Amino acid sequence: MSITFRLAWRNIWRQPRRTWLTVGALVFSNILLIFLISVQLGTYLMMIDNTLAPLTGHLQVQYEGYKDDQRIHQAVPAVRGLAADIRERLSLETIAARGAAFALTSSEDRTYGVQIIGVEPEFEPRISTLPGLIKEGRFLDDINAPEIVIGAVLARNLRVQLGDELTILGSARDGSFAATVVRIVGIFESGMVELDRSFAEIPLGFFQDTFVMDGAGHTVVINAQNLFSVSTLQQQVQALLPDMEGLVVHDWDDLQPGLRQAIQADLLGAWFMYGVLVILVAFSVLNTQLMSVLERTREFGITMSLGLTSGRLGWLIMLETAMIGLLGLGLGVFLGGLVVYWFTVNGFTYPGLELAAQFNLPDRIYPNLNSISLLVGPCIVFLASLVAAVYPAARVHFLQPVQAMRAA
Amino acid sequence: MGTASIVLNLAWRNLWRNYRRTAIMLVAVVVGVWAMIFMSAMMRGMVDGMLVGSIRSLPGHVQIHNPNFRDDPTVNNLFPSPNENLIAVLEQEDVVAWSSRVRVPAVVMSERNFRGVTLIGIDPVAEVSVSFVADDMTEGRFLLGTEDTGLILGRRLAERLETEVGKRVVVLTQDPSNEIVDRGFRVIGVYEAQVASTEEIYAFVGRSTLQTLLGIGGQVSEIAVLGADYRDTEALYHRINAAVGNRLEVLPWYELNRYLSSMLGMMDGFVLIWIVVIFLALSFGLVNTLMMSVFERVREIGLMMALGMKPGVILGQIITESLMLLGMGLLIGDVFAWVTIQRLREGIDLSAVSEGLEMMGAGSVLTPSLQASDVVLATIVVLVLGFLASLFPAMRASRYHPVDAMTKV
Repeated sequence: MSITFRLAWRNIWRQPRRTWLTVGALVFSNILLIFLISVQLGTYLMMIDNTLAPLTGHLQVQYEGYKDDQRIHQAVPAVRGLAADIRERLSLETIAARGAAFALTSSEDRTYGVQIIGVEPEFEPRISTLPGLIKEGRFLDDINAPEIVIGAVLARNLRVQLGDELTILGSARDGSFAATVVRIVGIFESGMVELDRSFAEIPLGFFQDTFVMDGAGHTVVINAQNLFSVSTLQQQVQALLPDMEGLVVHDWDDLQPGLRQAIQADLLGAWFMYGVLVILVAFSVLNTQLMSVLERTREFGITMSLGLTSGRLGWLIMLETAMIGLLGLGLGVFLGGLVVYWFTVNGFTYPGLELAAQFNLPDRIYPNLNSISLLVGPCIVFLASLVAAVYPAARVHFLQPVQAMRAA
Repeated sequence: MGTASIVLNLAWRNLWRNYRRTAIMLVAVVVGVWAMIFMSAMMRGMVDGMLVGSIRSLPGHVQIHNPNFRDDPTVNNLFPSPNENLIAVLEQEDVVAWSSRVRVPAVVMSERNFRGVTLIGIDPVAEVSVSFVADDMTEGRFLLGTEDTGLILGRRLAERLETEVGKRVVVLTQDPSNEIVDRGFRVIGVYEAQVASTEEIYAFVGRSTLQTLLGIGGQVSEIAVLGADYRDTEALYHRINAAVGNRLEVLPWYELNRYLSSMLGMMDGFVLIWIVVIFLALSFGLVNTLMMSVFERVREIGLMMALGMKPGVILGQIITESLMLLGMGLLIGDVFAWVTIQRLREGIDLSAVSEGLEMMGAGSVLTPSLQASDVVLATIVVLVLGFLASLFPAMRASRYHPVDAMTKV
């Protein structure tokens, strides 16, 4: 065994330039793949975070059907108690209750229709980034105060400023007229026009009074530690829900179906590109190995007539390829890891990216380097080079000693 | 002429001396070129789809507004309907269609629910050629004239309001003195937009009906003008700008939607990067192949030099072989890419991920769009970089000393 090993090692260095060029092709594509896959992963994670962080959260407890119809009477009873209960039983702080209703919001001279969200001032900042995006005034602090926080675009459209009063008109849960007056205590700016234009937050207690909710709300928003623990958490929450009340737990994929599909659509294009790169590198390996086999036809003929089986020679070619492949893998992972690590620390940007906020993307990209993004690409390249060597190895396998020795 | 034809002849024969090696390299180049052209066409097609979809979903190629309208899109920022001077410009040949609209924030109330919308008063006859609404009607009928008293809603909005064609709804909005005005409308039609979130935003009525409701006479909020090609709106834009003077704001689509115009710019960068990356992946194999062929021929090269062939000719010989190989690859790869794109002319149905594409602003059918400039770019990159990559092996070949080379085993 060890002699095959030594033979293979010496064989690949008989033409050092050729071997290094082949290794170079492998290293190049490995670095490129590590970089691209890490960037993709980083972008996806940030895209998910940025989309979910302002309002959606990772999980939501809702009344069955509320997600699609959003009717005010599809409510979660005693919502604050339920949120507190889940909070305590899971000893998780990132849980908050909400109510939501559509209403006409009027200033002195303008009226716009907006989504009014009732929130728990104490817990909302733990699950949502909106409270942190207040650029004027403050977030809500009293659960029963007649106060409101609105988006910057809405403030401009309504021609109002901090301290002004707004009239809210809507229909309550019991079908009666819901009307109230609130004072603007804060204005948030997320940079996402849709959000800044069509949402406003008021304290949950005040919301329940105004819309005659009788202690009910519409959602309990729950954030997991990270995206990967969401499904476990979903099962835990589901188990905690009181029976017979028609309550369901939706995860972020249910709540924002476009998000996962946007990622899938992007992946489709990405895999095509990766596939082409891998195929091109495989051709490079195929060419090198075929050349090296053809050069040695006579030599193989001699070793075979001396008693070496053609099977072992075939394996020798595979072993040589594996050695070249492993060199490419090792160097590629090392260099690629270094390069991408630098980018994970410093991030990078390119012209035009500052406008990506429209699609919930950050203006600076930080690749996400982990064992998957580091190894998937290089391992596929390694496998592809082995597959490429099958043809040269098979040629050796079917070599006839006498004819081989006579080859030019 | 002698040398050139000999070099070409030799190059061709040399390439096929080791046909396996050349064939493998050729296949690699063909796959690479095919991927370059095909992927560029897909990326272009994606952006084209986004642009056409976005332009169809109202803006047109050039828009005219009151200068304050974009900051405060309400009934307070209108302008008089176009005068003869402007109409003369808008009736010229390179204008495909134009449409003037009234656009105000409003609330639509059904008996069960209510929602905020952007209410748009249109001239249905003119609007048909400018935007999507008439084409995308799925139920009921489209507006018949500016005086039509019907209302068109998006499918999603109709669902949210729990209303349907034939039912009545109330529309509330504000007139220029900020008084609330309202009026009942019968829902006469429902549309389905390419991007479903659009369906919740826009509702359409006859323009005169809305003007009467608002008491604004013949004033309008915007004029959208559609030219022949979105890539070439400069001339149109300048002519309209000159005609309206400085009382109004005239903007081409790329100013109205900076995201899309920057996407268009970014795509140029992506296409170039993609082509260069593919070439780099190819270049290792190319250099390797050339090196091999030079090493095999050391003695022969020495002999040719001894017989009087100049080093420059040897250099040219190797480079010619390389460019010949790349040229063949380009030709075949281009043909394959063209055939692939022709076969996909009907578009690729990606409706499995349609909600995701919608998030990116694209429709669910992707049609590749082949641009001559991308083919030219790929050709130039491959030939220029191919030339550079072949220099190294070619220079080695031309630097052999004839005697050393001939005696080399």
